[in-house]
Amino acid sequence: MGAFSGLSERLSHIFSKLKDKGRLTELEVKQAMREIRIALLEADVNYVVVKNFISRVSEKAVGEGILKGLNPTQQVIKIVNDELVATMGGTFSKIEISPKPPTIILMCGLQGSGKTTMCGKLAVMLRKQGKNPLLVACDIYRPAAIKQLQVVGKNANVPVFEMGQVDVRKIAKEALKQAAANNNDVVIVDTAGRLHIDEQLMDEIKGLKELLNPTEILLVVDAMTGQDAVNVAQKFNEVMDVTGVVLTKLDCDTRGGAALSIREVTGKPIKLCGVGEKLSDVEVFHPERMASRILGMGDVLTLIEKAQNAYSEEEAKEMQRKMRERSFTLEDFLVQFEKMKDMGDLKQMVAMIPGLAGKIGGDVEIDEGRIDKMKAIIYSMTPSERQNPDGIKSSHKKRIAAGSGTTIQDVNSLLKQFYQTKEMMGRMANMGKRGFGGRLPF
Amino acid sequence: MGFFEKLKAALKRTKEAFAKKMYELFSGRELNDEFYEELEDALISADVGFTATEQIIDEFRDECFKRKIKTPAEGKELLKRIMTEAIDYEIEPYSYPLVILVAGVNGVGKTTAIGKLAKYFKNKKKSVVLAAADTFRAAAAEQLEVWADRAGVRIIRHEEGSDPAAVVYDALASAKAKNTDVVLIDTAGRLQNKKNLMNELAKINKVVGREYPDCDYRTYIVIDATTGQNALQQVEAFDEIIDMDGIILNKLDGTAKGGVVFAISAERELPVVYVGVGEGIDDIEEFDAKAFIDALF
Repeated sequence: MGAFSGLSERLSHIFSKLKDKGRLTELEVKQAMREIRIALLEADVNYVVVKNFISRVSEKAVGEGILKGLNPTQQVIKIVNDELVATMGGTFSKIEISPKPPTIILMCGLQGSGKTTMCGKLAVMLRKQGKNPLLVACDIYRPAAIKQLQVVGKNANVPVFEMGQVDVRKIAKEALKQAAANNNDVVIVDTAGRLHIDEQLMDEIKGLKELLNPTEILLVVDAMTGQDAVNVAQKFNEVMDVTGVVLTKLDCDTRGGAALSIREVTGKPIKLCGVGEKLSDVEVFHPERMASRILGMGDVLTLIEKAQNAYSEEEAKEMQRKMRERSFTLEDFLVQFEKMKDMGDLKQMVAMIPGLAGKIGGDVEIDEGRIDKMKAIIYSMTPSERQNPDGIKSSHKKRIAAGSGTTIQDVNSLLKQFYQTKEMMGRMANMGKRGFGGRLPF
Repeated sequence: MGFFEKLKAALKRTKEAFAKKMYELFSGRELNDEFYEELEDALISADVGFTATEQIIDEFRDECFKRKIKTPAEGKELLKRIMTEAIDYEIEPYSYPLVILVAGVNGVGKTTAIGKLAKYFKNKKKSVVLAAADTFRAAAAEQLEVWADRAGVRIIRHEEGSDPAAVVYDALASAKAKNTDVVLIDTAGRLQNKKNLMNELAKINKVVGREYPDCDYRTYIVIDATTGQNALQQVEAFDEIIDMDGIILNKLDGTAKGGVVFAISAERELPVVYVGVGEGIDDIEEFDAKAFIDALF
């Protein structure tokens, strides 16, 4: 499930209730605000942040004369959306590159937030941009943390500097020397996870900051963090004056309210997010896209980007035509599966599609194990069955099931999924034809 | 140091913020709307979650009405009792041989918890073997090995990337051959929505059931106390795959209150069995609901 989809489902629901009415009464606005409050709280947005958010939104909703407005629903949505974008930081911001190399990136955060993995992802990302990064192992406390960074470095094909468990400032100094000698223009420093209230360890990392004078000080935060996210972010920011935040584990089905909270209390931008287990699974954080997802308006831009990465241009054109004409067959479906695997899971995609977020249930999920099964089923069909699945009768299904080592239920569920996908693709393509930009899909 | 003292020390900062709020709240003059609103904020700020907070407050309100309780001071013990009962479970004592499987999402502190549990059972004069079934994360087995050394227990590990179920198989065989009392299985962190990793967990689970049917088998999910309401989805997803027996509530030494256990309890009967209160090898304690609540207030 895509991040925030739980929240977007709720808000879509609220707004679909609002939508049915011609005009909103003050009471209805109040009800909507209450629902938004609950949704935000359940999404782990900090309760103080929620309070401020709701009061800003309802002030605007009432102040702008919602009751007299021509289309009150769209106005409420626009206000909530704008406020979400504003809270999460307006336009997106990139990792700063120092004009005078090396660019030094210092990572900090609680234990288990995903710093070491993110170091590797950052290294891979910057290497793709033509940089020559060096990873530095300054987690001298957690057992095998250095080894973990070495493995990550090896997988990322990036050198790792370590000196074992000596004073971190000494490691940092030596690392800079090595970076200069080896022309590493980016130095990424991994540090131990620490509690924001552990004064000794906070002093240690402050010392590291003073020594390194980093271009970027990135606070790594688990997207699943609850109410405490504000305390953690506040304290780290107070001590370190961080330059940005990295949200990790955003590929999980968390609603990720921490994103809202952290930005609001620190004023620092969320720069990147971790969206998977592979080293390439890192994305730039786009507040406006995230806000759209929260509101169930879909994250079309991300979807298009993902699709562009997975398809070649001709493939995409061909698929688009088939989607539009709803003429794609089970054979295309097979190809589709493989591409889906590259694009991320289907639910995540569905959450990005305007008007569909929250409308399609749980039975469209696809995992890799099942893809193999489905392949087997499709391969057990005759070519004409693959081209024309409508003609598959139950006696055929028995044969297909036997041939693929599956059950008739499996065959049925494959066909069901095929039709669902076909339907969805058709809707997507038609939306694409109308153009995503102009009208809000409400 | 007993559970209470340790938890109290760990929750000291939490206490400074949360308990101070509670203290002020319960020194108020009457149980009015303002009181309930502030109580709601306090509970939500502790990650209790909207639904569970409503439940606790509704019950408290009803009881106060029934018992004609008018002031916060009179109601304090009642609220503590309601909250204690919400998370208090009878836990069946262990019998040996015992196998504990520890699962959870990434970064919650599974490996550390296993290290501490190893020492915990060692202190009880039990023999222990660790199964390094996290073959996925870089250097996870090395990390567990350090803990095995510290606790002075055996460890079974394979190469990185090998089949975790095979590690478990070997660990169980070794335990049977050497009459080891306790097998602790470390598993790879997995986000609950990653189907194939969850299936892998189911496979490990099956191996234990098949290879060691007469052991006392417990499955624990580690929850990071800083986690918000997503902990509910975590419990749900893991419970669906391997039928969890309990929770290890980790990282209670931060400023997070771990209130999400109320949210979890409101949804399903899953006891907190241990709490992790620091990074030292002895920083694990059996959970005691009353002490937990006492430490909060």
